[in-house]
Amino acid sequence: MEKRVTFDNRLLPYLLLAPQLLVTIVFFFWPAGQALYQSLLLPDPFGLSARFVWFSNFEYLLGDRYYLQSFMTTAVFTFFVTLVSMAVALLFAVMADQVIKGSGAYKTLLIWPYAVAPAVAGVMWLFMFQPSIGVLAYHMRAMGIPWDPVLNGSHAMTLVIAAAAWKQVSYNFLFFLAGLQAIPKSLIEAAAIDGAGRWHRFRTIIFPLLSPTTFFLLVVNIVYAFFETFGIIHTMTAGGPGQSTTILVYKVFSDGFVGQDLGSSAAQSVILMVVVGVLTVIQFRYIERRVHY
Amino acid sequence: MVERRGWGMIAMHLVLIAGILIFCFPIYLTFVGSTLTHFEIIRPPMPLLPGPHFVDNYTQALGSGINAPVGRMLFNSFVMAMGIAVGKIAISILSAYAIVYFRFPFRMLAFWAIFMTLMLPVEVRIVPTYEVAASLGLLNSYTGLILPLIASATATFLFRQFFMTVPDELVEAARVDGAGPLRFFKDILLPLSVTNIAALFVILFIYGWNQFLWPLLITTRPEMNTIVMGLKQMMPTADDYGNWPVTMAAATLAILPPVAVVVFMQRLFVKGLVETEK
Repeated sequence: MEKRVTFDNRLLPYLLLAPQLLVTIVFFFWPAGQALYQSLLLPDPFGLSARFVWFSNFEYLLGDRYYLQSFMTTAVFTFFVTLVSMAVALLFAVMADQVIKGSGAYKTLLIWPYAVAPAVAGVMWLFMFQPSIGVLAYHMRAMGIPWDPVLNGSHAMTLVIAAAAWKQVSYNFLFFLAGLQAIPKSLIEAAAIDGAGRWHRFRTIIFPLLSPTTFFLLVVNIVYAFFETFGIIHTMTAGGPGQSTTILVYKVFSDGFVGQDLGSSAAQSVILMVVVGVLTVIQFRYIERRVHY
Repeated sequence: MVERRGWGMIAMHLVLIAGILIFCFPIYLTFVGSTLTHFEIIRPPMPLLPGPHFVDNYTQALGSGINAPVGRMLFNSFVMAMGIAVGKIAISILSAYAIVYFRFPFRMLAFWAIFMTLMLPVEVRIVPTYEVAASLGLLNSYTGLILPLIASATATFLFRQFFMTVPDELVEAARVDGAGPLRFFKDILLPLSVTNIAALFVILFIYGWNQFLWPLLITTRPEMNTIVMGLKQMMPTADDYGNWPVTMAAATLAILPPVAVVVFMQRLFVKGLVETEK
């Protein structure tokens, strides 16, 4: 789609574009180029010089048990964060869509946790579940449920999943509610007249009609779990115990800044860029389809 | 509408209220934690009702904090969030204007260059971006906090999409009346974009306020910390008892501004959220 009527000016458009292009070049293309270049280098242990090693950083990574484990960790983390946050949000949205009185108040109460930063969400959840002081951890122990996220990897994973999913519920709720409200009421009424019960109507009419929203949220949630949960991991577990909550983004940070293994960190950045690229393409292809929907 | 009567409806309300209570519990507990003494918290279980130390804890947090006064960190966060929101909107609206209303060589190249930034979140290219910022001498400065996060394809897209819906007749009329491109931008396009700008501003303010990784790397001096990252530094660790109530007071203060924005500007917030994701 193009504008029919435009202005003629030789210099002005470049001046208008200049600020954004400048920032983009300095803070996107330059670092991205650096990452690409460094991913092919192997610095000496003192960081004084570097050797060009072609793809050996990548070869090393793909044979590295810890890196492959981090892929698995990310997959598990992403799967459960997406599943839990979308399921809870859908449940809330279906209920909030049904009530007539007070739905505005419910909406407000459900969306404001969106404003909580991931890192702050991490602090809040740690405050509840930290084994030594957390009030809920205390009650869990009192009930005989084993709970030690400091030493037990799967407990730590459960905790970061819970915090990350909690933070994302508001966002999903908002989109599900909008999707539900866009479904024509006549369809649901017709089904009800034909004798379809609540659950039957949801399964055969409402849920299929929600599928564009669901698919859109699926992509957004995967991106969220991959890239925006750094703050949660860093405040709650710092990737531990061991490597049990080290998701890929966290590993780029910990190998690069803590481990000072710049070649490996750069190679990981490059791999993640490919992941983001694929996700972006999926998102855009889908959006083009939605235009025809 | 079907099945909206009597007990079913009341049950629905009860389930919703119960759900919301559970959902909001972490935030409630944080607030309760900020009104107790450190001793009450480290000897679990802590009380579940607010205690009387609200004023003490908040005064201590705002005044002295643990590493740096929370007041100072809130100010830094505010500068950063405002800088990112205003900066992003300013550069994106200008570049969208150039891309939509002018024909010039390399137009599509510029468009794709901006589009590419979608593929590179800060978290992914973190080490080289840090090196660039460090070599430009941007550590521990507001410029360093703001500038690298300012380029945004989403905002440019949003404005581009909006400009496409502005009728061509407006441009024609403006040209007939002798208005140049800058005059058209200032007197016609900008006033038409006010709602979009406001909606985007709300989203970007929250985005900027909630940044964690970038301020963590770029600020090493406590007085340049932002509140969201400073909070992590305030957390009591294994070998340091710290001060939980003051930390929880800081957490409460950290979420207050973005929550206020979401609650009081809900309309714009929802609009912004839906449109930036298009």
